[in-house]
Amino acid sequence: MSDAALAAPVRLGLLGSPNSGKTTLFNALTGLRAKVANYPGVTVDHREGVIDAAGRRIAIIDLPGTYSLSALSPDEAVVSRVLDGELDDAPDALAVVADACTLERSLLFLAQVLRRGTPTCLVLTMTDELHARGGSLDLPRLERALGIPVLGVVGHRGLGLDRLRELLAAPEQWARPHLLPPEDARARADWAGSILDSVMATRPRMSRSTEALDRIVLHPVAGTLLFAAVMVFFFQLIFAWAGPAMDLIDAGIGAASAEVRATLPPGLLSDFLADGLIAGVGSVVIFLPQIVLLFGLLHFLDGFGYMARAAFVIDRLMGRIGLEGRSFVSLLSSYACAVPGIMAARTIPSPRNRLVTILVAPLMTCSARLPVYTLLIGAFVPATAVAGPIGLQGLTLMGLYLLGAVSAMGAAAILKRSILAGEQLPFYMELPPYRLPTLRLWTMQVASSAWAFLRRAGTIILTVSMVLWVLLTFPRGEPPASLPADAAASYRLEHSFAGRMGHAIEPVIRPLGFDWKLGVGLVASLAAREVIVATLGQIYAASDEAGSLREAIRNDIDPRTGEPLFTPATVAALLVFFVFALQCMSTLAVMRRETNSWGWPAFAFGYLLLLAYGMSFATHSLVTALSA
Amino acid sequence: MSVALPAFPLPEPTPEPEGVPLCDVAPGAAGVIESVDAAAAIAGRLLDLGFVPGTAVRVIRRAPLGDPVVYELRGYRICLRRSEASHILVRPA
Repeated sequence: MSDAALAAPVRLGLLGSPNSGKTTLFNALTGLRAKVANYPGVTVDHREGVIDAAGRRIAIIDLPGTYSLSALSPDEAVVSRVLDGELDDAPDALAVVADACTLERSLLFLAQVLRRGTPTCLVLTMTDELHARGGSLDLPRLERALGIPVLGVVGHRGLGLDRLRELLAAPEQWARPHLLPPEDARARADWAGSILDSVMATRPRMSRSTEALDRIVLHPVAGTLLFAAVMVFFFQLIFAWAGPAMDLIDAGIGAASAEVRATLPPGLLSDFLADGLIAGVGSVVIFLPQIVLLFGLLHFLDGFGYMARAAFVIDRLMGRIGLEGRSFVSLLSSYACAVPGIMAARTIPSPRNRLVTILVAPLMTCSARLPVYTLLIGAFVPATAVAGPIGLQGLTLMGLYLLGAVSAMGAAAILKRSILAGEQLPFYMELPPYRLPTLRLWTMQVASSAWAFLRRAGTIILTVSMVLWVLLTFPRGEPPASLPADAAASYRLEHSFAGRMGHAIEPVIRPLGFDWKLGVGLVASLAAREVIVATLGQIYAASDEAGSLREAIRNDIDPRTGEPLFTPATVAALLVFFVFALQCMSTLAVMRRETNSWGWPAFAFGYLLLLAYGMSFATHSLVTALSA
Repeated sequence: MSVALPAFPLPEPTPEPEGVPLCDVAPGAAGVIESVDAAAAIAGRLLDLGFVPGTAVRVIRRAPLGDPVVYELRGYRICLRRSEASHILVRPA
């Protein structure tokens, strides 16, 4: 090898099917140095990581998982476009990652890759599982049969990685096949079969534990019950079990605010730190318990192999509205947050199904709605028990979740039959054996989800909290001297920028039972739903320093009627408004990124706002009529 | 339900040359793929997934709602919907 070849960095493309262990291997090779990258004009992003091995730099490109190089959709075409050098410099070498237990199928894909003529090596993962399942593989013989380097690794335990790094550093030295595999599908299958016969003395049997588990997990009755139980578990996790940690954060934020007020002299700086900055940070951090718990479960179940089963169980139902089981996983993720949910829609091969999933994902009850629901339900729905531990408050919350989910289904069915009607791509989904995710990979995934929330959503929420504080504080109008202190605060707020905006939209939202204060909240929550809680907190803290927000809104009297402002009709209308409206800048931003246009986020925002207003108005009228 | 018998003699049953659509094979049964009869793009993907003529396929189980169905072939398990599996014709084993 020449010195020049030694100096030039290697661009290595990592190829493989979903479930091949490609991502685990990529993480093991690059650690935390990987970056998410985008090709211009392409909606699918990929990860790249640069490593140093054997004195050489290797840029590893983790390409989207695929079973085939013949693309059926523009997203699938990304892989072959990268290999052709259409999007960036073409990779110098390719590593095909394949699960040793499904080698026969993987050889069909490898054959396609080999026919391209780029230096290629084969990396076999799960070799430990192959042996555990009674399979025996003659790696040197496979190497000879294929004519390319073959290496077995156990990615999650880091076995074989040193040798792999060494191999990847010198693709110039890789053996090339003497004879390319056949192109014709049948001849290619014969080629794969004959190679397998010569290298595998015994085939791995199907995993016994997987067989046994699947008999329960996919059983018509037990499997359906398990599916329902897992969904209930998700509810409990985010609504009940995240509670203690959230209360703790709440108390901490409250204490910090009080500390600032006690330490600093009263004035603008003290107000800014206590009401603006600390409260703003609090409204971001408060979500971390839910997000960590939810993503902890989601990533565990996905790595374990249950999410594919869940998609299998629910596919028929999703198929009826024109979607597929994998949309369910994306919509389920949207229960935590539509941002990762919309990103998870990437795994849906059909571009149309993917777009429909993205457009209805905001209807799923994300965790940002929870503070709004919790506040209103906690303040206005009596905590009476209905049956045993099940209370009216919980049932109301469940009802809101259901309304969101049912509306998402309805919207999807309508979209698939109207503006997004068209031909279907074939549906197929591998059911991998159950595997226990490793702690390291799981931790990395959960941490990166939490980090993504802090970075993508957190920064926006914090910024908006700051802007809001400014809108609510300035201009600092001077109330008439005769007013008592809390009325003076209320006067100042009403004459602030935000107060004026609230007043401006009041005529439009009056039919829903909302006053200018809710108007301010709605305007503010266009940036992110939970901001309305912070806003109302600021509004009511300003006009009523004593008592919690819950007490404050319960006791608020509409000056025009002399009645409580929050009538049952208004509370119901507000809850329904939040079920439908797409009040989340982060969601719009991620939609923009995933669809590569502002058109779709604008469409989603528009149709959901109309739906929210209409449903909210209908609810207000109905409840008013019923309580009259 | 009673069915009126035809007044004319039935033609001799001829052997089915086409094979049975995979979606009609019962769980637990197996077959060998005879042909994949679909639009080029879909057929191509099914071939890439290993549904190649001559391949042995076993029907593992149906989803609780009846569709899709898990198939085992070439050492792995994959589920297809009825609409895709109907393109794959098999000779029952």
